[in-house]
This record gives sequence, C-alpha cells and structure tokens, in this order.
Amino acid sequence: MPFEWFLALRFLREGRLQSLLILAGVAVGVGVIVFLSALITGLQASLVDKTLGSQAHVIVRPEEEQARVLGNSDAAVTLRRENAPQRRELIDEWQPLLETIAAEPDVLAVSPVVSGPAFASRGAALEAITLNGIVPASFDQVIRVSDSIVSGRFELSGEDVVIGRELAEDLGVAVGERIRLDGGEQRSAVFRVSGIFDLGSREVNERWVFVALRSGQSLLSAGNSISTVDVRVGDIFAADAIAARIAERTGLIADPWTKLNAQLLVALRSQSASSFIIRFFITVAVALGIASVLTVSVVQKSSEIGILKALGTSTERVRRVFVIQGGLVGLIGSGLGSVIGATLALFFSRIAQTPTGEPTFPVDLSPQRFLVAALVATVTGLLAAVAPASRAAKLDPAKVIRRG
Amino acid sequence: MAEPILQLEGVVKDYGTEVITRALDGVDLRLEAGEFAALIGPSGSGKSTLLNLVGLLDRATAGRVFVAGQEVATLDDRGLTRLRRRTLGFVFQFHHLLPALTAEENVMVPLWAERGRADEEMRRHARELLGEVGLAERAGSKSGELSGGQQQRVAIARALAMSPALVLADEPTGNLDTKSADAVFDLLRRFNRERGTTFLVVTHDPRLAQRTDRIVELVDGRICCDNPWPPRGGERPQGTMAQER
Repeated sequence: MPFEWFLALRFLREGRLQSLLILAGVAVGVGVIVFLSALITGLQASLVDKTLGSQAHVIVRPEEEQARVLGNSDAAVTLRRENAPQRRELIDEWQPLLETIAAEPDVLAVSPVVSGPAFASRGAALEAITLNGIVPASFDQVIRVSDSIVSGRFELSGEDVVIGRELAEDLGVAVGERIRLDGGEQRSAVFRVSGIFDLGSREVNERWVFVALRSGQSLLSAGNSISTVDVRVGDIFAADAIAARIAERTGLIADPWTKLNAQLLVALRSQSASSFIIRFFITVAVALGIASVLTVSVVQKSSEIGILKALGTSTERVRRVFVIQGGLVGLIGSGLGSVIGATLALFFSRIAQTPTGEPTFPVDLSPQRFLVAALVATVTGLLAAVAPASRAAKLDPAKVIRRG
Repeated sequence: MAEPILQLEGVVKDYGTEVITRALDGVDLRLEAGEFAALIGPSGSGKSTLLNLVGLLDRATAGRVFVAGQEVATLDDRGLTRLRRRTLGFVFQFHHLLPALTAEENVMVPLWAERGRADEEMRRHARELLGEVGLAERAGSKSGELSGGQQQRVAIARALAMSPALVLADEPTGNLDTKSADAVFDLLRRFNRERGTTFLVVTHDPRLAQRTDRIVELVDGRICCDNPWPPRGGERPQGTMAQER
C-alpha cells in the first residue's frame, strides 16, 4: 500500500471517535441530499409524466389566417373585425415536412395528426368529441397510448376506433361494439371499438377519439392534408429551443409544451431552484465539517508531521496524507449517506400512498443519483482537505521537534 | 585525505529581523567518517541550532555547510529532503515515534518515505534492526505499549534504517534513567564500532560525553574546545571536561 494511503488510514483509525463523528456528519448531509433529490426529481417526473402523458412535446401547425387591412398602412383606419366561422387550417404537402422535422437534433419521433370536432353516438347517446386521425405506430412513439390501454388493443384498421374510458362509459360501449362518428357536412361512419384507453386525464378520456389517419381525413373533409405534426423530443426542457428551430426551418408555428403549461414550468423551476439551494448549503456544511475536523487533526498531529518531515518525508507526501483523508471521509460518508437517503426515500414513498396503492410522492432512485452524490461528496472532501493539508505541509519540523 | 562526512566553514546563524540574535558565530567543524563525537555546552550555547543546520532542518545565515560532500546552500527544499533522507539519521530526546504505528512500522518510515510502498524486504530489514536493538519480540507493539528505554531503542533502529552516513542524536538519553541511558548509549557506541556509522551526540551529561572519541564544546555560539577523548598523552583537556576530569 502506498505510504500516504497507509498513514491516512492509520490517522483516521487512530482518531476513531473524531472520524466516526465526521463520517456521521457527511453521511447525514449526503443522506438528506439523496433523499431530497430523489423526492423532488420523482415528483417532477411524475408531474411531467402526468401532464405530458397526453400531450406532444411540440405541436407543429399552420399559421392561423387573420384579417388584414389592405392599402396604405400609414393611414389611420377604424375597423371592426368579425370572427369568421370556425375553420381548420391544414398542412398539405406534409410527408417531406415529417422528414425535415425528424432530422432535427434531439427529435425522437414525429407523427401526422388530423383533428377536429365531431360527434360520437350510440343509440340515443350523443357526445361531442375531438376526432384524431393518426398513424398508430408513429403516434404511439409520441404519446404512449398503447401503455394506457385498459381494454382491447391500440389498433386502427379502416373501421377501428379507440376511445377513452369515460367516453366508453357515457356511450355505454365495450370493446367489439360499434359507435357512429359524425364529422359534419353529412360525413359519418360506423366504427368498431378496438380499444379503450385511460390517459390519466378525465377531459382527455371523455373527448379524445382515435381513428386511422385516412378515416379521420375523410370524416373531417381534409382530403390528404393533416392538421398538425406532433413531436416527441429527448430533453423536454429543451423543447422551447427545438420548437424555435423547427419553426425557423419549416415556416410553420411550433408550440412547445411549455407554452401550453407555463405555470407547471414555473413550479418545476422553482422546485429545482429551491432544491439546488438546499443541496448547495448542505454541501457547504459538509465541506466545513470535514475541513474543521482535519484542521484539528493537523494541530493534534503536528508533532508526527514534523517527525515525518524530519525523517525525509516530502512535503507533497505529507500534503497527500491529509487530502486522502478528506477524500476517504467524503467517499465513505457518501456511501453511508446513500443508504440513509435511499432508506428514507423508500420509507417515505411507502407510507404516503394513493388509494390505488401508488406512492403519493414517487421517488427517483436511479444509480446515477448515487454516483453523483459519491462524486460530489468525495470532491468536496478533497477540496475541504486542501487548506488543512497545506497547513500540515508547511509545518516547520525544527520547531515541532524543539517543542518535544 | 578522505572527504569528511560533515564540514562547517565559518557558519553563522542569526534569528529575528529587527532585533537580531546571533545563535552561531563563525563555527568551523569537520567530522570524519566513523567518528563518534559529543557536542556539549550550556543551555543557549547554540547546540540545537547547530544540530538543525547539520540536520538540514534550517539554513545558515552565512558560511558553508557540507554534508557528505554536498554543499547544502545549493539545494532546494526537495533536494534537502532527499539528502536528509539518504544521508542522515535522527535520534531525538523525546523518541518521537508515531503512536499510530507499530515499532516495526516506525522503523520502516524512512524507507517507506523513500520508496513510497512497503514490501517484504523492507519489513525484514526493520525486523532485523529491531533484533539488533533487542526488541524483536516487540515488533508489533505500538509506542504506548513500550517503556521509555524501549521507545528510544526503536528510535535508534529507525535512525539506522537507511544506513545513514551520519546519525545526529539530540540528548538521546535525556529522558531516561541512568540504567536505560547507559544501555542506549552502549547501543549507539556498538553501531559506531560495528557499522562504522558516524555519530554526533548532543548531551548535557559529561559522564556520557566521556564515553565518546571526541568532545566538541560550544559556548555562546562559538566552539571553545574540540578535544579527542580520552586526552592523548600529555594533553590537558580544556573547557568543561577539564573540570570534570
């Protein structure tokens, strides 16, 4: 074993109580950081998942038509604009557009959608719906409907329809039964319910209806056009930048999810900021703890340090003995702290559960979290040890020996 | 003429900046290989200062210090550390063993500091040295488990671990009872005779000084007497030793 490591371990072992106390301090600090991070990240992931579970990260759509004043723009004009009847704007040549958007960095999936208002009926029951014509394979890459199927399958051949749980209850239908979809303008058809989904939102479950893209285009009089291109991205917090790039490349409107969920974003950012501040101060407290214990240790061991130097131990070796101690305290403390943090997080997620048995506060205990905690604590330990180690290295052996 | 192990030429050492205290004032000293010399003198005469300079723990204000032929003023701190590790051994008044280490590990420290890693040969060497000072059985004991005399014997084994050319012993028996002091001194003498190691021993004890081959006396930072011991035929010792005789 290298000399510095041997001495560092012996010094830690010799000051057993001191070492145990500082290890406990580091472990508690790291435990709180792990627990807090796991809780907040889990909570955020859950919130985002629930919100974006039924929503594309970026929706690309054509610009809405607006009335404009023709003629001399300098002249003062008073006008009263009347809203035109509701009208769908469509994208015509959309196949190349899909390729363009899919080629953007960090775009994971794209899917064409034609959507519009329609009615679903069965017998006397009639419900207003949002009809979505989709390509199931690509749409499922954007919004995971197949994972949310509670009955039947997410399959859309020509006559198939997939509806939400609440709509199925309102219409009184089950998988295999038929409903009529009416897109207006005398365009209606009968579809067989192939699947029922629950996307976690009552409103979505009541209103969303999926049919094959071709069927949707036919019912909504869209010809071969689509209404939107729905996009899934890798980093949801980069959606704004990705949407801006898509808009620039395509000349269309690209709405990121953050635009539609501004309040959620503010809440997430506030949570992240407060979590960061708490973690930062705990890290500072841990660093100060390690530094103070090592400083005391240097004072206590000044005689030994002086002798080591007098016996020919280089200044660098003496410095490393204390830096290693700081790193070891950080590393071992982070290991203990990870166990404490993970235990706390699991305990917390078990005691607070929803009636369905799911944790009210989901926790995220990914291995990466522990690696980061270990890395931060070790680096903190090493940095905290620099000042005491330098102090040890600067000790004058002649003075120490004279003191006896 | 062979190169001396230690040579001091007009060495001056001052302390302080505004009020300057001169601890050594033009010291000339030459120590040949294999000598066993005592350095005596009253408190405040400059013995510890001289030992710190020779031990490469401090630098002279003026004059030249040569250790094993190397002029120390030409070396940086790293060079001094290397020269100290390879050429010098130390025995202190307070044994200064590392309490966290066993006797064997304490003896290994200079070798460990040189090589970076412990190996079996290093352990064997440490055990042999402990055997030579009569402590083979206590190799695994920590310093707190040893008596004062035993601790000092471990310190002597440690001082000899690198087979240094010169061992500096600062009051090596100052903290021991007479019996233990004699045993420790006998040990130093034996290593001098058997291994040819040069010793410079600082002591207040004239009885022990008389068991060396040469007595150098410092008074007020100057060497006042430098006599072989026992005095050769017809010569009269000077300084403190004249009174002792």
